[in-house]
Amino acid sequence: MSRVSRLTSHVSINPVLLPPTRPRLTVAVTGLNATDSPGPGVAVIRALRETVDFDLRIIGLSYEALEPGIYLRELVDKTYQLPYPTAGTAALLERLQYIREQEDVAVLIPNFDAELFNFIKLAPQLQALGIHTFLPTLAQLEARDKLNLPAFGTTHGLRVPASQALYNLAGIGAAAEALGWPLVLKGRYYDAAVVHSLAQAEQAFGRLSGQWGVPLIAQQFVAGQEINIAGLGDGHGRALSVVPMRKLTITDKGKAWAGITLEDEALLALARCFAEATKWRGGFELEIMRTTADELFIMEINPRFPAWIYLTAAAGQNQPAALLRLALGLPVPMMEEYAVGKMFVRYAWDLITDYTAFQEVAALGEL
Amino acid sequence: MKLKKNIATSESGFIFNPATGDSFSANPLAADILARVKDGQDAAAIKADILEHYDVAPGQLEKDWDDLLAQLREFNLLD
Repeated sequence: MSRVSRLTSHVSINPVLLPPTRPRLTVAVTGLNATDSPGPGVAVIRALRETVDFDLRIIGLSYEALEPGIYLRELVDKTYQLPYPTAGTAALLERLQYIREQEDVAVLIPNFDAELFNFIKLAPQLQALGIHTFLPTLAQLEARDKLNLPAFGTTHGLRVPASQALYNLAGIGAAAEALGWPLVLKGRYYDAAVVHSLAQAEQAFGRLSGQWGVPLIAQQFVAGQEINIAGLGDGHGRALSVVPMRKLTITDKGKAWAGITLEDEALLALARCFAEATKWRGGFELEIMRTTADELFIMEINPRFPAWIYLTAAAGQNQPAALLRLALGLPVPMMEEYAVGKMFVRYAWDLITDYTAFQEVAALGEL
Repeated sequence: MKLKKNIATSESGFIFNPATGDSFSANPLAADILARVKDGQDAAAIKADILEHYDVAPGQLEKDWDDLLAQLREFNLLD
């Protein structure tokens, strides 16, 4: 066979339709601790992976070497460890500058309450590095803090339980007198306990303050049905997506292990009211208690996506993918419809890896 | 008796309230009654049909009917 005829034989006359090429985009995500008290990162990544807009490279950002998401290689392409939030913004920026030199990170999605302050402070520097974020403002972050929730409710006309800061054991009696028994004691960022007596309160105070520091928050106990709402605010007063969920199975840490999407206009209206009143920017979760009198109390406002956020994508409103577009300045239409009765059932799965992978994360801080 | 309009029922007797996420299991007769109610049949017609097809005294049927109504009300399934 001559050279010319060989070349000719490669010319196909069959028309071939190739799928449109999606632009490549690198996104960094924190919250890879998919444990029994899970961070939202793995669920956020799972939802992002379903975007039709981009061909994604996902960079995991971890704090500890055994965060399960690090080893989910089909979801996370590469992981870098970050300094703990207590190390401050300078250490975080230095690490992110290093990561930016290695990776073309275009968007960063933080998923922990405790790290948000640093990321919000650093947003301009990150922007200068070419890393986009879509985060609430510092004022928004502070306003919805558990310590400020009563004032937040008053300011925006939203129903919230009465609460007060608790700095020491001596304050429990006065808190119980003001708020009644049972009382809910909450850690500043995570964890809570319902206590029915002074003895129980003192024990819970020791545990929670030991783990999360002081002040704790003493909150009025509100009985009812617990409902969670995941939402995405555009920063101009609109909730672009709202999906309510009821927990069907709850772990001993109060985390949802199974849940189901609900159809309830009052819940949607409440979330939209929240976004409008606060001009919330970014993902949020409202923890709601519906009383037997059908009152809706906002028990807590989380300034980020929840760990069950993949359910929003499964129900037809992919909030993480929409946030990605917002971070890049792309338009996002209002999402109205979602599947009601869509359920998630969480499960535990033993990931298998080699000590060499663990060693790389532990010793070198990246994998 | 009027079921809330968004309540989902199935032939197998599974009842789902999408507003609360609650689900219930009905026995075959209760499932049949709920299906008829959803179809718009009135209580008198359903009761007459039950009396014709089941070996049950009218007094007992009324008692059981009231019991079903109370359960549906308690579970927040009625308008």
